Amino acid sequence: MRRMKFRAAAAAVLLASALAACGDAGEDTEGRDVEANENAAEEFDDGTRMKELAEAGTIKVGVKYDQPGLGFMEAGGDVPTGFDVEIAKLLVADLGIDPDSDNVEWVETISDNREPFLQEGRVDLVLATYSITDERRQVVGQTGPYFVTGQQLLVPSDSDVESIDDLKGQEVCSVTGSTSIDRINEAGAKGVGFDSYSECVQKVLDGTVAAMSTDGTILAGFAAQNEGQLKVVGEEFSEERIGVGYSKDRPEMCEWINDVLEDSFEDGSWAEAFELTLGPSGVETPEPPALDECAA
Amino acid sequence: MNAVLDDLDAYLQAFGYTLALFVISGLLSLVLGTVLVAMRVGPVAVLRAAATTYVTTVRNTPLVIVFAFFAFFAPIINIRFTWLDVHIGRFDFTELFGAAVASLSLYTCTFVCEALRAGVNAVPLGQAEAARAIGLPFGGVMTNVVLPQAFRAALPPLASVQIALIKNTSVAAVFGVAEAVAQMRTFTNSFASQRLGIFIAFAIGYIVLVEVVSFAAARAERRWRIA
Repeated sequence: MRRMKFRAAAAAVLLASALAACGDAGEDTEGRDVEANENAAEEFDDGTRMKELAEAGTIKVGVKYDQPGLGFMEAGGDVPTGFDVEIAKLLVADLGIDPDSDNVEWVETISDNREPFLQEGRVDLVLATYSITDERRQVVGQTGPYFVTGQQLLVPSDSDVESIDDLKGQEVCSVTGSTSIDRINEAGAKGVGFDSYSECVQKVLDGTVAAMSTDGTILAGFAAQNEGQLKVVGEEFSEERIGVGYSKDRPEMCEWINDVLEDSFEDGSWAEAFELTLGPSGVETPEPPALDECAA
Repeated sequence: MNAVLDDLDAYLQAFGYTLALFVISGLLSLVLGTVLVAMRVGPVAVLRAAATTYVTTVRNTPLVIVFAFFAFFAPIINIRFTWLDVHIGRFDFTELFGAAVASLSLYTCTFVCEALRAGVNAVPLGQAEAARAIGLPFGGVMTNVVLPQAFRAALPPLASVQIALIKNTSVAAVFGVAEAVAQMRTFTNSFASQRLGIFIAFAIGYIVLVEVVSFAAARAERRWRIA
């Protein structure tokens, strides 16, 4: 029953956005409309976090604000956009909360405060390009992945650099303290850190560093923003499995998140969200990844 | 804590950058601060006004803005440090390091200037008058009579300014220098379960640096005490 309703809603959304796409060919993507699941509160078992959230009718979701295509907040905007946000909307809607209403609080979680925010309960879910690692699973719950990506290079259009091997000993920019910096150093280049990816873009443009590196999808967004000046090159030299973070005290959320993700893989809403958010920067929609099993 | 102990090399290298930033910017800030204070108390009205304007402007600007100026705006108007390309062992001192040193010294020298000005004011007026009376020019009055006494009087606030500089170097973490805070963030990102230990390890590193400087300042104060 639940699935039927969800599919009906998804089909309606598909139609609505197809129509919207006809009218608006601009690159301004507002995101998909996802309708809240009305009987959510009754569907979950008593005592689960999902039941609590559904009954409370409010939720706090941690996302990135500075990654075009994944989690991005326009200057002066009030709802972030991107693929992470679209997936978050599916989860929120499944709890019976309208993802476009004020009942959803979008909290900016930078890389460094994702675990503390989950542990302290300042956010209920984290969808912030959150790579799944064993180390993190010791302190928070993570499931997915809903997305698999890898690190590439962003260089000036006239650059001869073809792979990370061409940059041995040279400075490559990324965000301070990020996993990308580690990978750059491991590959023999020298990782230099700035506060955000857009600052790195600036340093590549003014020639201070030869390249910047992070997940290819993020770079594609910047290459599209700076067409003719920057390009993405190289094979992916790492694999990041992007998942959903939740509190370790609430392991029951894992099955639920996987169910929602599985549904979105099957009914096409996942692919559609991907095309809408990452498609415009030229990333091809891949096959949905295989989800990790939840620990029993 | 284990994460840090297992990779002590990275920890020490990061504090190496912190130390390099501190020592170079510290010395530059002392030199520039001395020049500034000479301008501020000197007889030339234009220089006095220029130094005063510089000190009040830069001292009231947040350090991160000064950094951002050298990182993002200066390259556009062709103020760059591309000439800097020194590699010593595993340490690389390049354009980004140069920009960080410039930001830190140009910021800290205003505080040095003000600490020294307090020191200059502490030197009895008769000293300068006597120096002039024996025919010393302004430069001689400053370097031989006033500044040596001013430095001694201003030692405690100068030490505070330099200690603040040690901690201010951490801003460079987000402007491309792989110093202690940048390394700490790499650690906390990869070892989420050991956050507290990692914080403590890096706090200890800063405490050690600050204690060394405080100790040296206290010794110098005792040794150079006036009369």
